[in-house]
Amino acid sequence: MELLENLFTNIAGWTRTLLSGWSVSYSMIELVILFLGIIAILGLIVLDALILVWLERKVVGFMQERPGPNRLGPAGFFQTIADTLKLLGKEDVVPRAADRWVFRLAAPMVFIPAIMLYAVIPFGKNMVPINLEVGLFYCFSIASLGTMSFLMAGWGSNNKYSLLGGMRTVAQMISYEIPLLLSVLGVVMIVGSLNMSEIVAAQQKVWFVLIQPVAFLIYFVAATAELNRGPFDLPEGEQELVAGVYTEFSGMRWALFFLAEYTNMIATAAIAVTLFFGGWHGPWLPSWMWFFLKVYVLVFMFMLVKWTFPRIRVDHLMHFGWKFLIPLSLANLLLTGVGIQIYRVMGG
Amino acid sequence: MPRTQELHLNMGPQHPSTHGVYRCVLTLDGETVTSAENHIGYLHRGIEKIAESKTYPQFLPYTDRMDYLCPMVYNQGYVETIEIMMGVEVPVRAEYIRVIMAELSRITSHLVMVATMAIDLSSSTGWMYCLREREKILDLIEMVCGSRLTVSYMRIGGVSEDLPDEFIPGLRKFIGELPAYLDEVHELLTGNEIFQARTKGIGILPPDMAIAYGVTGPNLRASGVAYDVRRAQPYSVYDHFNFEIPVRFNGDSLDRYLLRFDEIEQSLRIIEQALDGLPEGEIKGKVPKLIKVQPGEVYHQVESSKGAVGFFVVSDGSNKPYRLHIRGPSFVNIGVFPELARGWKIQDIISILASIDPVLGEIDR
Repeated sequence: MELLENLFTNIAGWTRTLLSGWSVSYSMIELVILFLGIIAILGLIVLDALILVWLERKVVGFMQERPGPNRLGPAGFFQTIADTLKLLGKEDVVPRAADRWVFRLAAPMVFIPAIMLYAVIPFGKNMVPINLEVGLFYCFSIASLGTMSFLMAGWGSNNKYSLLGGMRTVAQMISYEIPLLLSVLGVVMIVGSLNMSEIVAAQQKVWFVLIQPVAFLIYFVAATAELNRGPFDLPEGEQELVAGVYTEFSGMRWALFFLAEYTNMIATAAIAVTLFFGGWHGPWLPSWMWFFLKVYVLVFMFMLVKWTFPRIRVDHLMHFGWKFLIPLSLANLLLTGVGIQIYRVMGG
Repeated sequence: MPRTQELHLNMGPQHPSTHGVYRCVLTLDGETVTSAENHIGYLHRGIEKIAESKTYPQFLPYTDRMDYLCPMVYNQGYVETIEIMMGVEVPVRAEYIRVIMAELSRITSHLVMVATMAIDLSSSTGWMYCLREREKILDLIEMVCGSRLTVSYMRIGGVSEDLPDEFIPGLRKFIGELPAYLDEVHELLTGNEIFQARTKGIGILPPDMAIAYGVTGPNLRASGVAYDVRRAQPYSVYDHFNFEIPVRFNGDSLDRYLLRFDEIEQSLRIIEQALDGLPEGEIKGKVPKLIKVQPGEVYHQVESSKGAVGFFVVSDGSNKPYRLHIRGPSFVNIGVFPELARGWKIQDIISILASIDPVLGEIDR
């Protein structure tokens, strides 16, 4: 158990000792460790995406009373690998009328912020890749970069469906980013820090979801919109916009969008776990196992929501964001502030 | 000088939600549709012209291939028209079987309408639920005539096969189970806040406009006009049964959707009564081997799941029709779509189109 708990920190420690044995300079060692961390996170992302795509199809199959993928490997588990190989083999089509550079950059641009999010997430005890003082702030500023690439994809494709999809992304971002930020401010007020590790440490006794239930609900709704997942999958809008911003993308470029969606989903769930569900805290199991368990439960919730609800209309979404979520999150902030003051007066 | 411009968008003929090869040219102001224009004909097979070179029985399979979601009613409409021209007596058992099959077809068609409505609002779970139920009816239909969609079941003077022994228990079991499954769909879709917001008050069809455009079927009845061919000009043995013509009054997408459920309920009632009263006897009347029709013309209407289906047959006394014209309800109903679409968001017109429930195989013929 002890071994499992410290597995990853030990690996880092061993590497350090090994390298210093070879008389490598200190800054070089840190660079190597950082590099290893990035590789580990990339591996984690790919593995997660493989599992999630399979899991999503299985969950949907279960909900819709059909088997889902079941041909390749145990319970169809290797289906995703086969799909990836197929996508790799596809032609990379750039439409003649497209804005070439914008179009080509869009797919990597959507993936890069998704990976960058992982830099500050505490995966377990002493397992933060970079312990940033403004971790939470960093998260949200990076997350909103994703919108830019959707707009790039929508504009660069030079397709009317894509353009409409890109415009929708921006409209959606404006109406959802604000309640998203306001919802997490409550937690920040209680902890008094933007550092992700400190937020986790503050939840040793009680999870913030119990103190800030409204904030969590707002976060969940707004994050679903941020992820462009159903019922807020307006930029894709399959039924009306064919595939929205993805319409002109093929092969691996398209797959990058897909991969980014799953990467973002894990990251958003991880942030939610960090902010509201006590991060890696939990009895018996190693801390990182607890963390991923909680993340997967949340991801499962995202899936349930997506496959239950019809898609919301674009103007209803903005009404909902501006006229309901923002006032609600402001009220939540006010209540939190009053609560903290009362607690101080009573306790202090 | 930057200026705003209207966007012309070609929706279709290859588009996920146009229910086939239907094309609609939209003029968009942002997300709002300022005008829509129908373009049809991508599936035109010249069925009416083909009819002139086929003998009367040979044409029957073509009637399946118009509205492939409700083929039995088209079979029925066609054979009844020829029977009227020939003056053939149809045995009562055959008439009852025809009614049972036609109502089953109507239920499948309405289930598909609910399913497409669900998936056009991006709820693929609702789609799967409805298609699961439809599958059971298709199994029953397959039991009787060997095919699921292109049934070609009815014959001039009767039907091709008698009901197999296991059909009636199977059907009774299905009738018993269906209402509970429909409640499941209601729980999943109808009660959903987003679904209500997406359909309530959207695409309102006023009764006078519906009549002016010749809209029939559930779309007309959802606008408050209680016109149903089964009641207005009773054909077959529909006057033997006790059923209601459901009417709703708002004429919006939601009412058109809900009316389908009301109709399924009534269809179940008709099937139950038909099963109880199913007489013994022949399934085919006395029809000459070589079918020839005396000169003249007849127009006969039946009620399909989309509205009134009319067959106008002109005969010159030979074994082939001189001219055969079909009044298709989807073709007429789609005509009102541009009027309904104007002024709504691009997402709404998808749900409006789904609520009109056109079948392109029949529009283009």
